[in-house]
Amino acid sequence: MDIYRSHVLVCGGTSCNAAGSPKIFEKLNVEIKKAGLEKEVKVVKTGCFGLCEAGPIVIVYPEGSFYSKVADKDVQEIVSEHLKHSRIVDRLLFKDADANIITSLDDIGFYKMQERIALRNCGIIDPEKIDEYIAFDGYKALGQCLTQLKPQQILDVIKDSGLRGRGGGGFPTGLKWQFAKDEDSAQKYVICNADEGDPGAFMDRSVLEGDPHAVLEAMAISGYAIGADMGYIYVRAEYPIAVQRLEIAIEQAKEYGLLGKNIFDTGFDFDLEIRLGAGAFVCGEEMALISSIEGFRGEPKPKPPFPAQKGLFNKPTIINNVETLANIPQIVLNGAEWFSSMGTETSKGTKVFALGGKIVNTGLLEIPMGTTLREIIYDIGGGIPDGKQFKAAQTGGPSGGCIPDEHLDTPIDYDSLLSIGSMMGSGGLIVMDEDNCMVDVARFFLDFTVDESCGKCPPCRIGTKRMLEILERIVAGQGVQGDIEKLERLGKNISISSLCGLGKSAPNPVMSTLKYFRDEYEAHINGKKCPAGHCKALLNYIINDKCIGCGACKQVCPTDAISGDKKEAHLINQNDCIKCGACMDKCKFAAIDKK
Amino acid sequence: MKTLQEIEQIRAKTLKEIDVRSGKQGVRIVVGMATCGIAAGAKPVLAAFEEEIGKRSLSNVTVTQTGCIGVCRLEPMVEITAPGKDKVTYVNMKPDMVKKIVAEHVVNGNLVKEYTIGYFENNN
Repeated sequence: MDIYRSHVLVCGGTSCNAAGSPKIFEKLNVEIKKAGLEKEVKVVKTGCFGLCEAGPIVIVYPEGSFYSKVADKDVQEIVSEHLKHSRIVDRLLFKDADANIITSLDDIGFYKMQERIALRNCGIIDPEKIDEYIAFDGYKALGQCLTQLKPQQILDVIKDSGLRGRGGGGFPTGLKWQFAKDEDSAQKYVICNADEGDPGAFMDRSVLEGDPHAVLEAMAISGYAIGADMGYIYVRAEYPIAVQRLEIAIEQAKEYGLLGKNIFDTGFDFDLEIRLGAGAFVCGEEMALISSIEGFRGEPKPKPPFPAQKGLFNKPTIINNVETLANIPQIVLNGAEWFSSMGTETSKGTKVFALGGKIVNTGLLEIPMGTTLREIIYDIGGGIPDGKQFKAAQTGGPSGGCIPDEHLDTPIDYDSLLSIGSMMGSGGLIVMDEDNCMVDVARFFLDFTVDESCGKCPPCRIGTKRMLEILERIVAGQGVQGDIEKLERLGKNISISSLCGLGKSAPNPVMSTLKYFRDEYEAHINGKKCPAGHCKALLNYIINDKCIGCGACKQVCPTDAISGDKKEAHLINQNDCIKCGACMDKCKFAAIDKK
Repeated sequence: MKTLQEIEQIRAKTLKEIDVRSGKQGVRIVVGMATCGIAAGAKPVLAAFEEEIGKRSLSNVTVTQTGCIGVCRLEPMVEITAPGKDKVTYVNMKPDMVKKIVAEHVVNGNLVKEYTIGYFENNN
């Protein structure tokens, strides 16, 4: 038997026959012979395919191309295009009638309100191919800077753009660069802070994974602007994919001569190295990060001197966050005016948020500054799942605060968030619904900071621990009068006396929940109740009169706390109940209440 | 790399390769391969596409990866672009869905609408 590389199936069913398939069969054979393909392609007449309205039908294998309504005159094209050159004849392919449904991401609400600058290439290019980055104007900004602009001109552009640090602090980036440039030193450094540590935040990881070259390009630009020839990227070891893609990117950039010696033939040298962080939250603080790169324990130092004066190895250093850097090439290419046309009076451009928690569209988004929280949560985020009620949103992770319903229409920028007791933070945005107990949320975040406190200064080391103990008491139902006042006093003192940002901001989650949800604290302490039904110590499972005595709950109870005869109402022994909720999940009659 | 012109050349060349809307290039299958995608199972999906494309020896199809597409809850996500057509986004991808998408969409140009983002959103 001969082996053919391609099989052409022609429908020989009645309907296709009537529509003219025999002629097509004949002509296919003639054309294939004419093209000299008769030893490679076999034409087969088959039975009915079942899609008679689209006949005559021709199918070409191995691709399985399904050509419909093939006419006499189309045969030659199929042979010359498809069989000879493996180019599928698009216009003849069978089309589904129902084409008017949304099929692309671009058409859904999630994308419509976004403005992507830092994320512009994420999800579009292959991050492991430098050519694809270049295809979307990559390294053009670096080329322009080196060949056409003086360092001071670049600084002016960044300053005029109004870009502020995206790591959370919001310090004007151009100003930071200016300080470092003005220092007189033969050796300067640039550092990219990729030590993203907020629970639930993954903006920087996504940029590094999706568009690593943007960060490299920006670092080279900043090096040129301040006069540094060496850069470090400090990235968590827990981000293996980001690290791997950064390594690939650095290697490719060196190969192309976009990093290394004499870049763009201008005599400018710039080299980059990766430093892996072991995952200490405090190393996101710039002084602690510098200590860590130097090989010391990651602990903050008093400021001043600022890193721009005495940073890494005591040399002038600028530290920028990943997202800040990802904006730089676009600002250089499109100009300061373009960038500052977006956003609010004091906060320009866009901000990336990692949206998580009780929200339909968990994910990554970039919106212009000034967008309201309501727009983010309801229009982009798709609202709260399961028809639950929104309670609060937490920005800034363990350093930030919660924002209640009444402030949902606050436009998002650095200053407006501070004014309502939260902060921009690095971009984690956690949404909470009616089932979240705000006291427990505060306890959760404080538990995190207590764990992550480096222990250098007493307010943070001891103070946060004392606050946590009080909170743990409250959620366990052992809160006493005066706890709230104690929390407030401790929080205030820790904020003003801690050495670094970690300690200064650690009380924020407690202070802001106290501000907006004081009634929940009071309910825990005075009434020994958790209004959200979340704190286990404060709630009881009770069987109501809907119980028909089926015994299902009795069977699943792990501690045999439920008693009762068949067809009689059952009872939960509160002393044995461990409040696991298994009985409530099992009950088909809504006969168990959580109070 | 010594001049902006060289950058421009690479840009023009690569753009032609990846921008299927302007060029006469073939189908481009892009799998979201950030941490969120990989955690949701994007790796076997990518492998399944490569295997299926290889099996059918389709020469005009590129399978490639990208970073976070954004809607992490619908990962693994796959976007398919073809000349002169709108981009199509398939969500919650599993390796066993790949065969159908390659046969229906990539080869025959028909949507597998039950896997698309719009259908998924309306029915879940």
